[in-house]
Amino acid sequence: MFDRLRLTATTCALALGLATAAQAAELEFYFPVAVGGDAAGIIQRMTDAYMAQTPGVTINAIYTGSYADTTTRAITAARGGNAPQLAILLSVDMFALIDEEIILPWDQFIPEAEREAFLGGFYPSFMRNSQTGGQTWGIPFQRSTPVMYCNREAFAAAGLDPNTPPATWDEMVEMGKTLTLRDASGNVTQWGVRIPSSGFPSWLFTGLVASNGQDGLANDAGTEVYFNTPEVIGALDYLVSLANEHGVMEPGILDWGATPRAFLDGQTAIAWTTTGNLTNIRSNATFDFGLAMLPANVRRGAPTGGGNFYLFDGSSPEQLQAAVDFARWATEPAQAAQWSIDTGYVAPRADTWETDLMRTYAEEVPGALVARDQLEFAVPELSTFQGPQITKIINDNIAAAIVGEKTPAQAMADAQASADAILAAYR
Amino acid sequence: MRRDWLHAALLLAPALVLLVSFTHWPAIQTVIDSLWSTPRGRRPSVFVGLANYERLMADPTFRRVMWNNTIYAALTIPASIALALAMALYVQGRIIGRGFLRLAYFTPTVLPLIAVANIWVFFFLPGFGMFEQLRQWVGLSPRNWLGDQSTALYGVTIVTIWAQAGFFMIFYLAALQTIPVALREAAAIEGCPRFTFFRRVTWPLLMPTTLFLSVNATINAFRTVDHLFVMTQGGPNHASNLLLYYIYETGFTFWDTAYAATLTVVMVVILVVVGLGQFFLMDRRVHYK
Amino acid sequence: MSTMPTSDSPFDRALFVTGAWLLALVWILPLAWAIWAAIHPAQFVTRFDPLAPLTTQNFIDAWNAAPFGRYLLNTVMLVTMILSAQLLLCIHAAFAFARLEFPFKNLLFALVLMQLMITPDILLVRNYATVAQLGLLDTILAIGLPYFASAFAIFLLRQTFKTIPKELDEAARIEGVTLLGLIWRVYVPLAKPTILAFALVSVSNHWNNFVWPLIVTSSVNTRPLTVGLSIFATTDSGIEWSIITAATLITSGPLLIGFLLFQRQFVQSFMRAGIK
Repeated sequence: MFDRLRLTATTCALALGLATAAQAAELEFYFPVAVGGDAAGIIQRMTDAYMAQTPGVTINAIYTGSYADTTTRAITAARGGNAPQLAILLSVDMFALIDEEIILPWDQFIPEAEREAFLGGFYPSFMRNSQTGGQTWGIPFQRSTPVMYCNREAFAAAGLDPNTPPATWDEMVEMGKTLTLRDASGNVTQWGVRIPSSGFPSWLFTGLVASNGQDGLANDAGTEVYFNTPEVIGALDYLVSLANEHGVMEPGILDWGATPRAFLDGQTAIAWTTTGNLTNIRSNATFDFGLAMLPANVRRGAPTGGGNFYLFDGSSPEQLQAAVDFARWATEPAQAAQWSIDTGYVAPRADTWETDLMRTYAEEVPGALVARDQLEFAVPELSTFQGPQITKIINDNIAAAIVGEKTPAQAMADAQASADAILAAYR
Repeated sequence: MRRDWLHAALLLAPALVLLVSFTHWPAIQTVIDSLWSTPRGRRPSVFVGLANYERLMADPTFRRVMWNNTIYAALTIPASIALALAMALYVQGRIIGRGFLRLAYFTPTVLPLIAVANIWVFFFLPGFGMFEQLRQWVGLSPRNWLGDQSTALYGVTIVTIWAQAGFFMIFYLAALQTIPVALREAAAIEGCPRFTFFRRVTWPLLMPTTLFLSVNATINAFRTVDHLFVMTQGGPNHASNLLLYYIYETGFTFWDTAYAATLTVVMVVILVVVGLGQFFLMDRRVHYK
Repeated sequence: MSTMPTSDSPFDRALFVTGAWLLALVWILPLAWAIWAAIHPAQFVTRFDPLAPLTTQNFIDAWNAAPFGRYLLNTVMLVTMILSAQLLLCIHAAFAFARLEFPFKNLLFALVLMQLMITPDILLVRNYATVAQLGLLDTILAIGLPYFASAFAIFLLRQTFKTIPKELDEAARIEGVTLLGLIWRVYVPLAKPTILAFALVSVSNHWNNFVWPLIVTSSVNTRPLTVGLSIFATTDSGIEWSIITAATLITSGPLLIGFLLFQRQFVQSFMRAGIK
């Protein structure tokens, strides 16, 4: 109540001020650096360029750490009454932010005539984690999808065709067996496959679930999860069998952060990780490598991931409009192409891929197209109300199955029960 | 006398106000918070009585975390103290490279745990980490230390012991220097074996330090969770989760502040009980000047 | 100083020295590896090749990748502020507990001692709310405020003050010295070793503190080194050890050098402070 009053008061004061001063807006913009490389510097250059061409708008870009840190910051700042105007947060945080009542839908800030062209220009698979209840809550920007990195030299050394990555689950096991090398005493010197299981286990797992024929782990309203279906249990069975039954993957929890290093050091011939690692791996690999879509079982499939622009409640209309304008500018083909090339993120709009810049890049790095082409088969990442807690529940149970504490069926039944108990309040 | 009261009040007031605002008052508030539900967007906080405590009793993660913390405390406290004492005994007298040895033992104190955790992650990496390369060298098969539910907790425990033993050493070192040289000389003349001298003279004289450090180590066993953020995030499946990390996760990742308050109450109760116990023990066994 | 062990056989001695060195090598391993990783190109992080080329690039990259200079300054300001405030508040409080008579003295002292166990960082959730209400979120003051009144400092200083002969009080009062004058000109100088010992504990504690600063800070201008380092290291892609170790060395350097220079003084002040 009091906040409303204060807000009205500031809005009035601002409106009065605007009558006399030139249109000036100062924006706070929180952004995480989720991938290595100089993403912080790239964002800074981007905001600098925008400010240079848009007098009167000042963007204070604040680097706030990992995605989790940035979400924590944004929520605490908003609760404390000094929310940023704009932030890049995980697309799956949408429901949590709606639940906190701290973000605004974008639709009203985009003129009706342009709405269809702008919002419709994004790949539909990205919009599935950005819209709910008929409104658009996130603008896709820093988006990614997991791909398979293959060490071509290791493939050739094992007598496999370096240009034919595994296309199905069975092929991945078969090739994995050929690629797993042991020394004289039986210790593995090179594993076939690495699907990391710390950090974002449920994300990569969603890829397995999708290729096993299930369209994501939750409904689009964020109120139901589907953890104990035969598709999901089958996917977990497969993941567990890679280490236990087939011996093509190292047993136990595999660290997410160490995965690029493991691939670069030849510890594993195939690694599943985000496209966001492309630039990093490209600049550090001492061998020839290739990118491939995740293998199919009943169909192809992969989750989308990464971050969206969110617009925060609690600022003046002028600030909000300026924030919207900046986000629209940042997703324009020229900017989005440069961003995608610099970071390895997937450009979220089809028109970006038509630019000369992007075409040249795609010719130089054919792997970059893999991510785009995979979008056709993409399903949304797990996103629900109380998202962090639900994600934690399934992550813990995936981990329990991997380390052999529970059977896959038991783990997923437990996850379903725990998640249902929490989500009941939102149905 | 009255003037003394006034002086005392003036001298104490600033410290006491801060102490109460950041220790006692929040402790009481936490108890109150634990009786209410967590406000969520549209749904305000309501009084729920002991519902949060019922949830606590039924929460398998809570049980797991408490058990882990017990093991963690039972290992870190004696191990850090014993190693600290060994270090102090090593470097108190003349020994080859004393400066280097002191520096080596002391390094963990100046390297922030959060930064060092990344280094330990590398040491523990299966296949190509430092320990693994050593294990392979002597012909042992690789082990996924942090990724296995039976070893993850010990992985983080080792790091804690490493991190605090060197700091504790300083206290022992200081205490050892106060033991009169005459005692040692007398013992030497009588041909008293080193171990007997240690057991009969050094160890009893170090008792106050040992008790002081055991209090410290106990608090640290509940407070030192920095490396969990980097090394395991409490995983796999809570195998290395500790109470304070669980509180952080509940309060600042899940935003379930009421349940976090409930967990905090448990922590406070444990610390008060341990504190009182040690206080009486210290009072009985140690004679302060 | 000579505390040569008694009745040693050369074999015992050799065992003793070997033990000391083995322990030291284990203890310095993380630092040693950090140096290795920081001065070699990334592909040698996991490979120990004595002929690996040296580089300073990791330090340059780390320095440019995050505002470590600013983080370092924040941390220095933080520990200085905390230590000064702790001394200022706790010296006065300790004096009152050591020398003055007033009602509820024991009760109040017991309340102080409670903080030895229930440290502010355990009450994260509530203290965060308090700091938010005070409007202090994301300030260096907020990181330090809960620690200003330190039970440990009050406890230690009270012990020390109690050992100072009361005759000094009388003499000073006869000379017309005020109470504050007595505290600062008689008690504080005599308690110097204790203060120095406490300073070491306080500085090393707050230099390394992580969880509380992580929660209350959100910008470059307030973040201490620990939070800066963790933010820098937790990219969602992969851990780049060569850069992280370089950053760790840059930021721990000052404290490491400080210890090298002052280790003797530290140990001696601990000894005289009677922290034992």
